[in-house]
Amino acid sequence: MSASPPAPKLPLSLAANPRLSSWVKFTGEGRVAISPGKVEIGQGIVTALAQIAADELDIEIGRIDMIRASTAASPNEGVTSGSLSIQQSGRALRHVCSEVRQRFLAAASERLGVDAALLGVEDGTISGPGNIRTSYWELAGDVSLDRDATAGASAKTAAKRAVAGHAIQRVDIPDKVFARPRFIHDCALPGLVHGRVLRPDISGARLIALDEAAARGVSGLIGIVRDGSFAGVVADSEVAAEAALKALRKDATWSAGEPLPDEDDLADFLRSQPVETTVIDTRVAAATEQAARTLRRQYTRPYIAHASIAPSCAMARWDGDRVHVWTHSQGVYLLRADLAIVLKLPTENIVVEHMEGAGCYGHNAADDVALDAVLLAKAADGRPVRVQWSRHDEMSHAPFGAAMAIEIEADLDADNEIIGWRHAIWSNGHAARPGRAAQPALLAASEIANPYPRMISTNPPAANGGGGDRNSVPLYDFPAWTITSHRLLTMPVRTSALRTLGAQGNVFAIESLVDEIAALRGEDPIAFRLQHLRDERAREVIRAAARRAAWKPERRSGIGYGVGFARYKNTGAYCAGIAEIEGTDEIRVRRLTLAVDVGEAINPDGVINQIEGGAIQATSWVLKERVRFDPLRITSTSWTDYPILTFSEVPMVDVEIIQRPEIEPVGAGEAAHGPVTAAIANAVHDCLGVRIRDLPITRDKIIAAMELAS
Amino acid sequence: MPTIRFQLNGATVAVDADPDQTLLDVLRGQLGTTSPHFGCGAGECGACYVMVDNRAMASCDMPMWSVADKEIVTLEGLGTAEQPHPLQRAFIAEQAMQCGYCVSGILISAAALLKRNPSPSEAEVRAALDRNLCRCGSHNRMVRAVLRAASEIATS
Repeated sequence: MSASPPAPKLPLSLAANPRLSSWVKFTGEGRVAISPGKVEIGQGIVTALAQIAADELDIEIGRIDMIRASTAASPNEGVTSGSLSIQQSGRALRHVCSEVRQRFLAAASERLGVDAALLGVEDGTISGPGNIRTSYWELAGDVSLDRDATAGASAKTAAKRAVAGHAIQRVDIPDKVFARPRFIHDCALPGLVHGRVLRPDISGARLIALDEAAARGVSGLIGIVRDGSFAGVVADSEVAAEAALKALRKDATWSAGEPLPDEDDLADFLRSQPVETTVIDTRVAAATEQAARTLRRQYTRPYIAHASIAPSCAMARWDGDRVHVWTHSQGVYLLRADLAIVLKLPTENIVVEHMEGAGCYGHNAADDVALDAVLLAKAADGRPVRVQWSRHDEMSHAPFGAAMAIEIEADLDADNEIIGWRHAIWSNGHAARPGRAAQPALLAASEIANPYPRMISTNPPAANGGGGDRNSVPLYDFPAWTITSHRLLTMPVRTSALRTLGAQGNVFAIESLVDEIAALRGEDPIAFRLQHLRDERAREVIRAAARRAAWKPERRSGIGYGVGFARYKNTGAYCAGIAEIEGTDEIRVRRLTLAVDVGEAINPDGVINQIEGGAIQATSWVLKERVRFDPLRITSTSWTDYPILTFSEVPMVDVEIIQRPEIEPVGAGEAAHGPVTAAIANAVHDCLGVRIRDLPITRDKIIAAMELAS
Repeated sequence: MPTIRFQLNGATVAVDADPDQTLLDVLRGQLGTTSPHFGCGAGECGACYVMVDNRAMASCDMPMWSVADKEIVTLEGLGTAEQPHPLQRAFIAEQAMQCGYCVSGILISAAALLKRNPSPSEAEVRAALDRNLCRCGSHNRMVRAVLRAASEIATS
């Protein structure tokens, strides 16, 4: 008996939210409302999803209103993270819109008495032979979308898509250029008042005593909230709230805090803590060979701040025992779940609605400030309270990307072929997001009078791309390996998801050592990589980047070139990068040339924008960024103490997309960081002959490495 | 509180304000002008930039007393969808942002640059924008957009 073909399945997000009307609605005057569960975080996702809908419905994209996610009505698509929005929301919308189109064609066929196969749709108007016509909006009363999606709807083939696959202008940009309020920070709800939260300077300190007298004297004060170590003010203006906070701070008494590790020896700290150890992957060689030598290298990266240009902001308004929250969180339902735990309320009493914030690069303080606003709004008598963090708090109390120590041992045979590979990671977990555990992950939840323990960050399972171990399994054809992840069970510095999670560190380590071994063998680093890669898409992005950068340009004094490659999460976008740097004892990255394969690029310009942005952000991480602290407190609390790359320092970035319309699309937002990091480090070696294995690559590190080498 | 008068986007405004209050607070608070964004409160990021007598300056640490009789221009005063400034057109054409939070300040820095130097070189554009931070990595698109606007102004 031959196996029957598998029954068609709904896309993941659609299976979880099958009701068609939760995704698409025909509204008045020729408009279409599209409601994804994913949110705009500066990545342009809303435009790409609108493109998919426009294509499948055959309507002009200008007719589409993209509805912001809200727990009141939107499909629950979890969190907007991991470069999964195109895969999850895009696939669901493609299915929904194609099914909706078919249902309307069937209804039109019935009304017009013409076979559906003879009908076509153009910008929402359905027409057929003999000038007969109707439209989605005329038929909207006949076609109920309050029904579940059915498996098997057939979306258009790639060749028939007119909008997806083409660069189009983002729908949110005109508002931002013409100063039309769009950010949560600029939203003027009627009756809006302002809140500020008092947080300790000393890491982990608890509030022992608070003299409120001076703050109570501030004109415009509405209320002071104190709940254990959580304290804050509400006032009728931001100025008054700041003044009251300042008075409160002066008269607050804090306990001693919890000591922070030595910022200059993170590897020692990471490798000396209690850990949970997981073997991520092993490959056993067919034949065991004796290693002629083993290279052992340690790579480290520091804690990295999200450092969004806007401090986190939220608004909340109570109405009896119901609360409405406006947030730039990446996951409205997940935030709601944590709020429900802290407030001891059923989730139905809480509506969490998304509004755009500034660029979001992972789990920043967006969720924390939402709980702050909810707690402070209790003192506002039904008025909405807007809470905005200070730059200082944003840089010290928000979660950081976790520091990592990575040791790789590479066994080489007598010809310097790699015959064994052991990769071990020591790092805090890379995720402590809200809404996923029985305990809340929100900062204030650990500060209130009956506090929840501060959540120790964990790692997503390997099936979801892993966390500290993300991209730790090589794509190369090494005959044997063991990959081990040691997750810290202590967390003196708060960590959670930052763009790429552990992938930036792991790709830096793998690609640095591969480069070193290629050099040891006297081989071209690109040729060496190609020899050890079997995946044709991987090989093609490397070849494309090499062609575009005219690899390898002739040697010039003071200039170096380096390459880096990864497939994000080993399942997502392929990306290869080539860095051209100028180096003496200080490094300037002059040019980054990248090739990327995301399968079908829905909005090619959006993909290029994400890759460019990722490449520049990674350059900033590599050359400059490191969260600073002393034993007591985080000290990098301003842009002076935490510098990022400036306009004059930004490299030229040249991106080639390998468009594969027939392959399901994946996200682009995190593909460039690892390859660019490694490419810069490898270019430093090409230029100066030293390998820097401890990020960031600063002047001091280069001088030290050159002294050691001489 | 004293009344402080200044020009805002071509109109005279008079506000009652503490002279030590910042211009950003007054713009965003009393005047509801939301394009200057709060980023750091220390004049280090550029998100709050406004033009003061044709120079791009941080409004988050600019006391109101220093604003009296000055001519202030915010992004609201640069142009409209119907009558866009060449920079606004160029930023759309180049899709020159990701999140866009820093863009209002960057447009102000760029507008001030084009006023004093209508045909800047790329290096001059970068230097003029160096005090504005962008975290998303849209720098090169913004530089291209400013150069595009400059060439549009030159040919018009």
